Amino acid sequence: MYDFTPFIESITSYLNENLSPFWAGLISMVLLGVGILLFYAVLGLYLVYAERKICARMQNRMGPNRVGPGGIFQTIADLIKLLLKELIYIRNADSLLFNIAPFIVIVASIMAIGAIPFAKGLQAVDLNIGVLYILAISSMGVIGILIAGWASNSKYSVIGAMRSGAQVISYELSVGLALLGIITFAGSMQFSEIIASQEDGWWIFKGHIPAMIAFVIFLIAGTAETNRGPFDLAEAESELTAGFHTEYSGIKFAFFFLAEYMNMFIIAAVATTLWLGGWLPFHLFRWGAFNTVMDFIPPVFWFFGKAAFVIYLMMWFKWTFPRLRIDQLLALEWKYLLPINLMNLILIAFLTLMKWHF
Amino acid sequence: MALLKTIKAIGKYFYDIYDGVTSLARGMKVTGSYFLKPSSIVTQKYPENRATLKMFDNFKGELMLIHDENNKHSCNVCNTCARRCPNGSIEIIYKKVEGADGRTKKVLDKYVYHLETCSFCGLCVPSCDEFALKFDEEFEHAVFDRGKLTKVLNKPGSSSKATKE
Repeated sequence: MYDFTPFIESITSYLNENLSPFWAGLISMVLLGVGILLFYAVLGLYLVYAERKICARMQNRMGPNRVGPGGIFQTIADLIKLLLKELIYIRNADSLLFNIAPFIVIVASIMAIGAIPFAKGLQAVDLNIGVLYILAISSMGVIGILIAGWASNSKYSVIGAMRSGAQVISYELSVGLALLGIITFAGSMQFSEIIASQEDGWWIFKGHIPAMIAFVIFLIAGTAETNRGPFDLAEAESELTAGFHTEYSGIKFAFFFLAEYMNMFIIAAVATTLWLGGWLPFHLFRWGAFNTVMDFIPPVFWFFGKAAFVIYLMMWFKWTFPRLRIDQLLALEWKYLLPINLMNLILIAFLTLMKWHF
Repeated sequence: MALLKTIKAIGKYFYDIYDGVTSLARGMKVTGSYFLKPSSIVTQKYPENRATLKMFDNFKGELMLIHDENNKHSCNVCNTCARRCPNGSIEIIYKKVEGADGRTKKVLDKYVYHLETCSFCGLCVPSCDEFALKFDEEFEHAVFDRGKLTKVLNKPGSSSKATKE
């Protein structure tokens, strides 16, 4: 039920029957690209809206409520405003790097979307090293941030970019080690196989306490890697105006903004796929009727529901915790997360070896 | 002793983790409860609730001269409020009339209030010995002509309680 593979295959075969292989390939690529870009823009806009609404509720406010019912078109109005704004040329800025930086940030996150499985068969590429690919691609974004800070010819920007560099390099370790735990459990780096290994239970339940510790560490480190929440030193608005994107205006600023939210979605999607069973429905052990009812809910809803839950957690963190100082940030990673993570990984390896997980 | 110190340090390490996690959880409980309770919202939808909008006590809207039901105010033209005003927003125009006992008295002609220069400091209200002034709840000051911001506070035909005709 709800398998997207025949649908995708019918499109591919239709194109191949009517066109030469070159054009068929090109058109399917264009379709895929347009689909991912549309998804990216729409989801990014609505994540911004969700964040504004959630943060308003946590601060006893109402949030956007003027444009459309409940303010649902507010971010679209904001986007139109940003599109119409002037792109200010910065004197003495490195114009090539200055203009290329937002694209590096946004391309890194668009490429990561391609490997995420939204439902059975609804995945652009099912790489056999999907987890490694996402890790590698999503950490490319920091190069864009460093370039943006350096090319802006501004003190605020360069300090923000350097902080971001130190932060991402540190927290990349924790993200990798936390993912490694689930890779050890599942025995594969391929997203489809990791999901298949969770047919009888999600890893957060099957993996006992070590999997939960790894999940929490992944959430903390993932929040740090997207430069948001309590770890937003890179753009600490009270000290650095806006950090690395101080000098950007108009749509180039919007690119950074959108990329931040989509990186958050990517982190949530990876957490969903590895710990919360991806698009698999929630099953209780031996509850046949309950499980059948759960099966009727389409996998896309399951995936986005779980991802929304993780995103909500990250927004909850952001609007509750105060920002860390740079030394506290690095102490948290190197003194706490990394040793706990390493011990946790040994425990996971032991559990897997003894086959003590369910 | 060295061993004891090490054990203490290890204990502190784990206590720090415990302490951090619990204090963060306390904070998340507060924001989480705000998120779940719509009644905790304190901001209001302004133009929609205009009919029912109630301002709080001591709200400084516009300055007003208190008139009683007989259209009498208690200004005796002492000019204290005008002198106390840091922006010179108050101008008191008076006329001299001859009273019944043959002595000339100052009588309020126009109490001119310049809303455009008023900084709502409120020094005029307590400075008045006759308690003739107060701030009302009007806060929609926007007008299309600056002249409309200059207001005469005494109502037409009003007279002072201090003046005996």
